[in-house]
Amino acid sequence: MPPIISAMGLTKIYGGIKAVDRIDFEIREGECFGFLGPNGAGKTTTMRMIQCAIPKTSGRLLVKGMEVDERPREIKRILGVVPQENNLDPDFTVLKNLTVYARYFDIPKGEAERRALELLRFVQLYERRDSPVDKLSGGMRRRLMLARALINEPEILVMDEPTTGLDPQARHAIWDKIRALKREGVTVVLTTHYMEEASQLCDRLVIMDLGRIIAEGSPAELIEEHVGSEVVEVDNRPEVLGLIAREGERYEMFGDRIHVLARDPKGFVSKLMGACDLERVAIRRATLEDVFLKLTGRALRD
Amino acid sequence: MRPADYFRIPDVSYRVWKVWMRNRDVFMKTIKVNFLVPFLEPILYLFGIGFGLGLYVGEMDGMPYAAFIAPALISISMMNASFFECTYASFVRMYHQKTFDAIISTPLNVDEVILGEILWGSTKSLINASIMLSVLSALQLVKLPDSLLLIPFSFLVGLVFSAIGMCFTAIVPTIDSFNYPTFLLITPMFLFSGTFFPLSALPEPVQLASQIFFPLTHAVIISRGLASGRIGAQSLVSLAWLASVGSILTILSINLMRRRLVA
Ligand SMILES: Nc1ncnc2c1ncn2[C@@H]1O[C@H](COP(=O)(O)OP(=O)(O)O)[C@@H](O)[C@H]1O
Ligand SMILES: [Mg+2]
Repeated sequence: MPPIISAMGLTKIYGGIKAVDRIDFEIREGECFGFLGPNGAGKTTTMRMIQCAIPKTSGRLLVKGMEVDERPREIKRILGVVPQENNLDPDFTVLKNLTVYARYFDIPKGEAERRALELLRFVQLYERRDSPVDKLSGGMRRRLMLARALINEPEILVMDEPTTGLDPQARHAIWDKIRALKREGVTVVLTTHYMEEASQLCDRLVIMDLGRIIAEGSPAELIEEHVGSEVVEVDNRPEVLGLIAREGERYEMFGDRIHVLARDPKGFVSKLMGACDLERVAIRRATLEDVFLKLTGRALRD
Repeated sequence: MRPADYFRIPDVSYRVWKVWMRNRDVFMKTIKVNFLVPFLEPILYLFGIGFGLGLYVGEMDGMPYAAFIAPALISISMMNASFFECTYASFVRMYHQKTFDAIISTPLNVDEVILGEILWGSTKSLINASIMLSVLSALQLVKLPDSLLLIPFSFLVGLVFSAIGMCFTAIVPTIDSFNYPTFLLITPMFLFSGTFFPLSALPEPVQLASQIFFPLTHAVIISRGLASGRIGAQSLVSLAWLASVGSILTILSINLMRRRLVA
């Protein structure tokens, strides 16, 4: 089956800034595909090119076989879009936000109403259908954004940081909805800088930094390839560094803690115990966060 | 952009009306308030200026002063309704509410959003002009049925001022910047377009400038012709002026907006 979205050498330059720099990716039909990266990595720019909101500078980008700059209307018809920032219509109620949006897709009035109410049940806002949107909490607004993105029954759902700024309950509520949609066969494309979100939801993902894709795979593959199965955490002491150097292990420094990506974590721990007198040694499963920090470094990106 | 890019023919379809309908739906929510202003405004002006000042002025250009300013009041209201709709109100929708961004994630494009906004601004002009017309005809200050033509005409005038407003909306950095066109363009136009006294009272060069640059001057010429039932040949020139400037600026504003929104 051909990929539902594919990019080849996709590039976006703003002024002199390469926001997206010759990236390639292929998204398969029905999967949940993630773009993980720190602030400024180029995730939003990539999403906005997919949703035909901004033109690309060069390269190719195909959605369902259609070039984004040739057939934006057809592409937008099959896309559901949740942008990074909510843009609900404050002049309307919850329900009216959906029916007005349905009109842009030429959905007839009765059908729009039916879908809107069904979607409001799906995102648990049915009881709030007559509220003005500025009376909604952050989590409710995000769920309404999701409902709005589904009004045209999209084949592809594009979500830019779907849960940033939400509390854990609200975040899990959104995750449940995303999983439900995936079960129905919707292709989900999302960006995030939450590792947990990426590992919970994504079948495959790319890690972006400074406009480039620096790693690609399933969460498990990425962890295995870049970190190994387990990580040893230990206090940052000269003798520990000495041992690491002698063994030639890879490591990352986090202030007064060191994360050692040992080839044989258990063996390394027993050597540690033998060589130094340590109180706080921990061995734990490697996570996507280890991969992420290893690949993107620790400098702040704001 | 190359100079020709500013006048590229927009890519629009029937979908512009969906943008228009969105604005109509918001308008209908507060319809009573929306009707109050255009209803009270002419009464206020007529009593303050028309009847008050009219007592001293007597006749102007061979008609009672109140009848002289009545069509000008309608024209001013066409200007205000559409210009302010496509500046402050459109800017809030574009910049603060991100309504345009939301709409262009659907099959609509920027060109359609902007043309929809301009057509809505024109409609606001038509609504306000119609309400004022009913008040002024009740006071027998305008001739019927000739004056009924002011209703379709107000849409054209609205289009011109909406397009002017939208050009500014496409380039201003913040909402406060609208003070400049309001003060430097709208206010002088309000005073020097043959509104409260005939254009002929002004020095020749000012008269000429007013006729070359001020859409309100042309709106007043035609409105006064229709309201008094004495439409002259000059009106055709004014109509051509408004139609061409309206179309050119509509196209320009759409291209300026595309540059702003699709970078
Ligand atoms: N409209 C724009 N004009 C200029 N630079 C931009 C614009 N949008 C994004 N950028 C720059 O492009 C880079 C990538 O931004 P973005 O795609 O928003 O990253 P992310 O979503 O991963 O945080 C950043 O350096 C950002 O400053
Ligand atoms: Mg972003």
